[in-house]
Amino acid sequence: MGVVKKVPFSGTQEQKTALLQVIREHMHDKGALMPIMQKAQEIYGYLPIEVQTIISDEMNVPLEKIYGIATFYSQFSLYPKGKYRVSVCLGTACYVKGSGDIFNKLKEILGIDDGECTPDGKFSLDSCRCVGACGLAPVIMINDDVYGKLTVDDVEGILKKYE
Amino acid sequence: METVNIKINGIPLTVPKGSTILEAAKQAHIDIPTLCYLKDINEIGACRICVVEVKGAKSLVASCMYPVAEGMEIKTNTPKVLASRKHTLELILSDHDKKCLTCERSGKCELQKLCNDLKVEDDRLFEGERTHYEVDNTSAHMYRDNNKCIVCRRCAAVCDKIQGIGVIGANNRGFTTTIGCAFEMGLGETSCVSCGQCIAVCPTGALSEKDDTDKVFAAINDPDKYVIVQTAPAVRAALGEEFGFPIGTNVQGKMVAALRRLGFDKVFDTDFAADLTIMEEAYELIDRIKNGGTLPLITSCSPGWIKYCEHYYPDMLDNLSTCKSPQQMFGAVTKTYYAQKMGLDPEKIVMVSVMPCTAKKFEIGRPDENAAGVPDVDISITTRELARMIEQVGLNFTSLPDENFDDPLGRSTGAAVIFGATGGVMEAALRTAVEVLTGEKLNNLDFTAVRGTQGIKEATYNAAGLDIKVAVASGLGNARKLLDDVKSGKSEYHFIEIMGCPGGCVNGGGQPRQPASVRNFTDIKALRAHALYKQDAAMSVRKSHENEAIKQLYDEFLGAPNSHKAHEILHTTYVKRTVNQVL
Repeated sequence: MGVVKKVPFSGTQEQKTALLQVIREHMHDKGALMPIMQKAQEIYGYLPIEVQTIISDEMNVPLEKIYGIATFYSQFSLYPKGKYRVSVCLGTACYVKGSGDIFNKLKEILGIDDGECTPDGKFSLDSCRCVGACGLAPVIMINDDVYGKLTVDDVEGILKKYE
Repeated sequence: METVNIKINGIPLTVPKGSTILEAAKQAHIDIPTLCYLKDINEIGACRICVVEVKGAKSLVASCMYPVAEGMEIKTNTPKVLASRKHTLELILSDHDKKCLTCERSGKCELQKLCNDLKVEDDRLFEGERTHYEVDNTSAHMYRDNNKCIVCRRCAAVCDKIQGIGVIGANNRGFTTTIGCAFEMGLGETSCVSCGQCIAVCPTGALSEKDDTDKVFAAINDPDKYVIVQTAPAVRAALGEEFGFPIGTNVQGKMVAALRRLGFDKVFDTDFAADLTIMEEAYELIDRIKNGGTLPLITSCSPGWIKYCEHYYPDMLDNLSTCKSPQQMFGAVTKTYYAQKMGLDPEKIVMVSVMPCTAKKFEIGRPDENAAGVPDVDISITTRELARMIEQVGLNFTSLPDENFDDPLGRSTGAAVIFGATGGVMEAALRTAVEVLTGEKLNNLDFTAVRGTQGIKEATYNAAGLDIKVAVASGLGNARKLLDDVKSGKSEYHFIEIMGCPGGCVNGGGQPRQPASVRNFTDIKALRAHALYKQDAAMSVRKSHENEAIKQLYDEFLGAPNSHKAHEILHTTYVKRTVNQVL
């Protein structure tokens, strides 16, 4: 059982102080949990177990309730974003042109799943919907660089540029 | 009472204002099928099985949540309604592990019954992508097989809303929505207290206790082992339900006969140890009151409550009675006193307990519960598991004769049998404590203020010039309310009884599961409790300190209540735990 934790947590005391302040300010507001989780994600960039546990302990809310919300809404992430954020378009045009295979190849090479980050913090992988470049389908983006008309065999070479 | 006039299937009906269509239909002798709905626990109108037509409404409505209104015309069995319900079931089945032949719940599964009742013929109609989940076996007492889960959320609701724990809930979204713990931890890694209320409310075979019946059969069939069984008070009040007896039938005699025929060497009664618990706990209370010990004293019979206290109120562990639970006291006395008396080797005794409880499976593994150097209790099975054993060997339970427990550890009093209902331990303790304090016989043994199924009860009793203030809570959500009032100084008590399950052990997580169709309209815990109070009222000895077998135990072995020897054998220690894992 359990989510495999691929990235060591490196939260700082400043981040914790900021989070505790947010919690103290808002914990008695009605429906405070979601805004507090949003702020927590702003502070840490993501919501790992360490951060969710602070919220749970401070607010006396079951950790499962927080995790349930974090996994329901796609705006929340359990994993940090990498130095290089790889986004694969799984929109209709890219998908019919084989972006699903490209996505699987990236998962295989990087050894991570959708939404996760490599242990060295270098690459994170996300599936996304249309990026507005259907003419270039299938498309991936790495940070702000766009790569189009790809085949599965192109993937390895593109990643090499970022190592 | 304000009423409204409605029509159900053309039949005029006057029903209380505020009723749901489901409740109103019940009055018209119509059982609308439900799946996710569980009265007072899970009222979310999500599963769409209970849909009906309401004249003027745009679409079918969920009758479990929809309130009646003046002039409303409802149809519960039109082709449109029936087709919709069937369609919903077919969709559920498209992603369901349908291995009904080997499913523990088969024959008693609410989903299976609905499929039969609504004539679902093709269980693969919408089959496409399937989810596959690993079975969670990490806790001592139960497993979760999400391949059989229909995501009705009854378990999550009872855990969060009733028990105030919330270690399980819905994770992810859409097709991948699944019930589980935070960060996909196993239940055993969380602050789950093992109460088993989630199992009691699950409509399918997704949740169940870990079955230990094979271990029991193996022990019985081992010629080197001397296998002794003890049965908790609440078991006799519910076991009959598994064999068609009405809810609230006391089947003690047949239960004893069945256990004997299953091959146990001795059939004893946990009630004996309940009397013993009262002796130890009543004297502990008197000692704490007289000598300025930590008050309020809180009972320690319920292992779900104990684990809850360790996780959520670690600063109140000193308030807990140091008494082991009756199950553990029974094992401890069996493997010391009884073994010595009968010339038995404690290592060769297998102590089996039949409990209304799943947390007892956790309790038997606690440290510091091994009076004879071996675990006090070896195997703990639930009421349901006992029923399964009886079925497995082909005993015709309904026609068995009524038999009596063996001597001497089968002897007990009326005070012990009411342990199974909320307030029972309190009443039993008061019967003894008041007589010990005043030195006089009580005229009236019925402490009625602490009876009944309310979540929190309180009362004050005067004994020898002392006002003893007591409170009783059942269900951990209620326990939390009560304890928070004690901690904040809002309430002050001398003695508190807490049971982990709402209504006490009669409604324990190991008791026979009644489907929602029964639970929504019947107060099961009250009916089962009534069976125990009836037995108490009919008994000639109703006070623990008048149990001759208990007196003999103190005379021959323990000395006096709370003696050094009694402490060594019958008392225990607790562990500080946290709510979340410390990272």
